Amino acid sequence: MKSLAKHREIWLGLAIVAVIILVTLRFPRFSQPGNLLTIFNDTSILMMLALGQMAVILTRSIDLSMAANLALTGMIAAMLNAAYPAIPIPLIMALCVVIGGLLGAFNGVLVWKLNIPPIVVTLGTLTIFRGLVFVISGGAWVNAAQMSPDFIGLQRAVLLGLPVLSWIAIVVAILFFLLMTRTPLGRALYAIGVNPTAAVYTGINVGLTKFMAFVLAGAVSGLCGYLWISRYVIASVEVASGYELTIVAACVIGGISIAGGIGTVAGALLGALFLGVINNALPVINISPFWQMAISGTAILLAVILNARGERRKGRVILKSAEAAHV
Amino acid sequence: MSDVTTGRQLPNRLDNPLKSTLLSWESLLVLVAVVIFVFNSYSSPYFLNEWSLSDMTFNFTEKALIALAMALLIISGEIDLSVAAIIALASTMMGLALQYGADTPVLVAVGVGVGLLCGAFNGFLVTGLKLPSIVVTIGTMSLFRGIAFIVLGDKSFGNYPASFGWFGQGYVWWVISFELVLFLVFAAVYFVLLHRTNFGRRVFAIGNNDVAAQFSGVRVDRIKFILFCLTGLMSGIAAVLLTARLGSTRPSIAEGFELEAITMVVLGGVSILGGAGSIVGVVLAALIMGLVTFGLGLLNVPGIVMSIFIGGLLITVIALPILFRMWRQRA
Repeated sequence: MKSLAKHREIWLGLAIVAVIILVTLRFPRFSQPGNLLTIFNDTSILMMLALGQMAVILTRSIDLSMAANLALTGMIAAMLNAAYPAIPIPLIMALCVVIGGLLGAFNGVLVWKLNIPPIVVTLGTLTIFRGLVFVISGGAWVNAAQMSPDFIGLQRAVLLGLPVLSWIAIVVAILFFLLMTRTPLGRALYAIGVNPTAAVYTGINVGLTKFMAFVLAGAVSGLCGYLWISRYVIASVEVASGYELTIVAACVIGGISIAGGIGTVAGALLGALFLGVINNALPVINISPFWQMAISGTAILLAVILNARGERRKGRVILKSAEAAHV
Repeated sequence: MSDVTTGRQLPNRLDNPLKSTLLSWESLLVLVAVVIFVFNSYSSPYFLNEWSLSDMTFNFTEKALIALAMALLIISGEIDLSVAAIIALASTMMGLALQYGADTPVLVAVGVGVGLLCGAFNGFLVTGLKLPSIVVTIGTMSLFRGIAFIVLGDKSFGNYPASFGWFGQGYVWWVISFELVLFLVFAAVYFVLLHRTNFGRRVFAIGNNDVAAQFSGVRVDRIKFILFCLTGLMSGIAAVLLTARLGSTRPSIAEGFELEAITMVVLGGVSILGGAGSIVGVVLAALIMGLVTFGLGLLNVPGIVMSIFIGGLLITVIALPILFRMWRQRA
């Protein structure tokens, strides 16, 4: 099973390289290191969000409220900065992680304590969070002129050849890798995804583990809230509207099974990178950006078809019914 | 002798408890609807007026048409997130047909036909290739709306003929709109289909245990395929109504409809896990959402703030019975 998972990431990596080579054949400058680093930086936020979503999807749940959480936390960060420019940016970032985590905890409590299906909970909080952005901002925008230079500049500062935004993504990815492979929580996330009943008998608190997954996803969304706002230098109600499905798409392309229990950090990162490379390649090869949506839709469908074939090879006919009973 | 075994009466699960819980859920919805209705009549002098109430129905008819089919799909244990994208694609194709000089009957046929085809495509991917519907329809959602974006870009189609506009703006009699009549007719059709036919019985059976249903001779895949087709068909019909009402097509048309339709279904008491639900509940939930959004609109509450109420309503209505049950068990 592990070798199979590894294969999947290798194939996805090869697909990304193939796209880069194809584009480079016509536009040699596309694959210059500088441009590739730009693509990486452009995709940093999506990569982090995909990692957060992965933690949730592993437990057979889904978090549709991540983009709304991002918009709400980002608006809070922007308004704080506009009102009190003296607050140091690292403190604002920490605050974003906490606020995002609390919003995620709200999802988590409803899933844990009330046993409401995650898709219903996050469908509800998606609209609530997005509505709250309007309530706290009164529908007004926070624009570049109102933000302090530090607020905008921090993630653009170059450190050892990479922008701080890229470094943050790398650190988050390493933390997630350690969490998933080296901690009891990481093991528990996989365990309850593969078989919740067996997980209970091994002493795992299923509800609490799901709660933690939602807190993680929320905290990442919060962090990305600040990063998104300071990157695009505008905070409004419409920020990242509809992006929740792009995040899920990155996970699906990355081979994370929506049925839970299957997925790796590398997969989530590559899934996000794949979308990032496509989005960056389209304008270069002179395809209208309006093609972007249909292409990512096709990519999702192809990915899920290929992944399903990989999973079926295991031939777990008996477990399939058990899975169906618990979804 | 065998008192131990005969003494323990098995509850007749097929009749009373299920029926009574369903009844209580629907009566809860009626109560909520009445409260909101009374609140609206007090809060705004413009609410209790036959034309206002007629306008109110336009807030939900198109989404509710989709919710009817979506209810059956969710009861069978599947979901379709692509319905709004189907509207966008069907509407775009109608606009395209208009450019080639199609008249009203052709436009309607194109809209409904594209919807049906999209639904069949979803159904094929889910039942033919055995893929999870939530991922498939996230994919086709991007694909369908993506095609609309490719065709339209930042432009729009307009100038639909007046006879076509009647589908979205016309009145059958007095203040009763064509959209409302169509919704009521379809509500009756879906009620009979789900609660009075073998087909409906099988939908419930699949939702409760599709493996058991398969072994009892229910053609699970075929029924699921039909349900996806029906959902696509209803989305196509909604596309005709919405395009006729707005009189124009943009690729971003009907954005967010999928979440509102699903909210209606869940609010209507359909279990998101499948296997339980009723059409009466869905119709009531549609009415409640129409009343809430229209009432708040009369109070000049912006749409985005209404969504807080809708989201809150969704979570509260689901959470209340669970909290109540927990409280009763503890007592």
